[in-house]
Amino acid sequence: MVLKMNRRLLLYATLLTPLMLGSLPARAADTIKVAASFSVLGDMVKQIGGDRVEVKTFVGPNGDAHVYEPTPGDAKALVDAKILVVNGLGLEGWMSRLQKSSGFKGKVITATTGIKSRQMEEEEHGKTKKITDPHAWQSLANGRIYVANIRDGLIAADPDGKSTYEANATKFLADIDTVEKDVTEKIAALPATRRKIITTHDAFGYFGATYGMDFIAPEGVSTESEASAKDVAKIIRQIKAEKIPAVFLENVTDHRLLDQIAKETGAKIGGTLFSDALSDERGPAATYLDMFRHNVATLSEALSS
Amino acid sequence: MMELFSQPYDLLISPFVEFSFMRRALVGCLALSIGAPPVGVFLVLRRMSLMGDAMSHAILPGAALGYLVAGLSLFAMSAGGLVAGIAVAVLAGIVARSTVLREDASLAAFYLVSLATGVLIVSVRGSSIDLLHVLFGTVLALDDAALILIGIIATGTLTALAIMYRPLVLECLDPMFLRSVSGVSSPTHIAFLVLVVLNLVGGFQALGTLMAVGIMLLPAVTARFWAEEVPNLIIAAVICAFGSSAVGLLLSYHANVPSGPAIILTCGVAYLISILVAPRGSLLRQLVPRKHLSA
Repeated sequence: MVLKMNRRLLLYATLLTPLMLGSLPARAADTIKVAASFSVLGDMVKQIGGDRVEVKTFVGPNGDAHVYEPTPGDAKALVDAKILVVNGLGLEGWMSRLQKSSGFKGKVITATTGIKSRQMEEEEHGKTKKITDPHAWQSLANGRIYVANIRDGLIAADPDGKSTYEANATKFLADIDTVEKDVTEKIAALPATRRKIITTHDAFGYFGATYGMDFIAPEGVSTESEASAKDVAKIIRQIKAEKIPAVFLENVTDHRLLDQIAKETGAKIGGTLFSDALSDERGPAATYLDMFRHNVATLSEALSS
Repeated sequence: MMELFSQPYDLLISPFVEFSFMRRALVGCLALSIGAPPVGVFLVLRRMSLMGDAMSHAILPGAALGYLVAGLSLFAMSAGGLVAGIAVAVLAGIVARSTVLREDASLAAFYLVSLATGVLIVSVRGSSIDLLHVLFGTVLALDDAALILIGIIATGTLTALAIMYRPLVLECLDPMFLRSVSGVSSPTHIAFLVLVVLNLVGGFQALGTLMAVGIMLLPAVTARFWAEEVPNLIIAAVICAFGSSAVGLLLSYHANVPSGPAIILTCGVAYLISILVAPRGSLLRQLVPRKHLSA
């Protein structure tokens, strides 16, 4: 009997060991649990928080933050979190419901606080209405404000880590400077006539405004809306009239419509841009800054020839 | 607006001349309008109108699995959808014919299980691209493969309907008689279910959820107000479907509304008009009795 008990205990212990090992770092007393709404914010928090934070990202790699459906696991993770980092500007329409239903009591950091938002004109049923463009992270200048907001929020929630957060943020900001120099140079090297391109949804408004490019998209600011025949016709006319050289696909949207537009106009498909989500770790855009490096390399390769 | 009406060429023809995506959409709609509404007519005659809707949900897990295995491949998603749809239809049929459960009840049970499986598969994939967004196409983005697929399905549907026309009509009128005089009842039923699933799958990949079921049933229901005999019903339904598709596409082009809903709403308007003023059984006919009856 005793032997049997022991054997059973041994079995349980064997089963449990990997679980315990897996959760050990998470249980270390001084890490702070932070929830981030989508992969870009998740990466920023990781960079700034370093070892002091444990990040849970709701909309993961290649996911679409516009139309996400939270799971009970997300609600559980949110309750456990001390800090929630969101983009704001209307990107995560699903977040307020998740916050309410999960009973989240922590501190919310809105990464876009203090950013001058862009208004986009969107034509719908003959009326033009203005809506706020949420894709502010697509400009590195805004990225600096994101970093500062996240740094300050982390310090407020965990004053002991102040020096770590500040050091990491300073390093991050320096990296942003380096990448920004590269981005500005590469775009400036493109001929002025080749700086107008087509993407699937309007995610690059800030990028275009900051670095001097024009992005046109059939789908509008959110991926939720469906294109009408008039939208598609308008874009095809524009590509032909202005001799727009290339269309670009995005990692978060359906490419069939754009394939068709490219075929009809003879514009070439320049590659895939990362807009609303990073790639997974093995992909070309695993971090915020890698995303910029990849996007600019893709743009400049397709447009400079 | 007046300007538009004064120039019928700009209003009706030039969108199709100028843009190949409009021509493709029109051709796709034509193929779908030839294949799906006749199937819808038999669904309506057999009082199985709601089955189209149920089957459209049953297809989901197959299409989702196809996507997970092979990515955005028309073939894999169609094949997956076809297998899932036929499995649900046939299993529901077997249960209905061999247990106390009626066909509608067993179908409801199977399609709910299938739908839940589909949603589960979608969720297991995690927070990736919204799968429903990806699974279903839009009529504005028909590529060659999608056009060929719809064309094949329309051809196959018409051929199959021609072959099994007699038993199908008999099954609508008097299924017991058919069962008592011949052994083709069950094979006919299963072949018909396969046709339903085929047309839904084709419509899905190319045009989107709403389009697939809508263009199958709305014209078929509308046709009931205009014709009585089965061949006439089929012709009326096909004309209604194709007419609505063309009008809906032009509406989407001129009025800047999404094309799928525009086409189905045009079908809906045709249906409403038919309820009111059509020659057979409409409200107008009931309120204003025909001359020779009152004489």
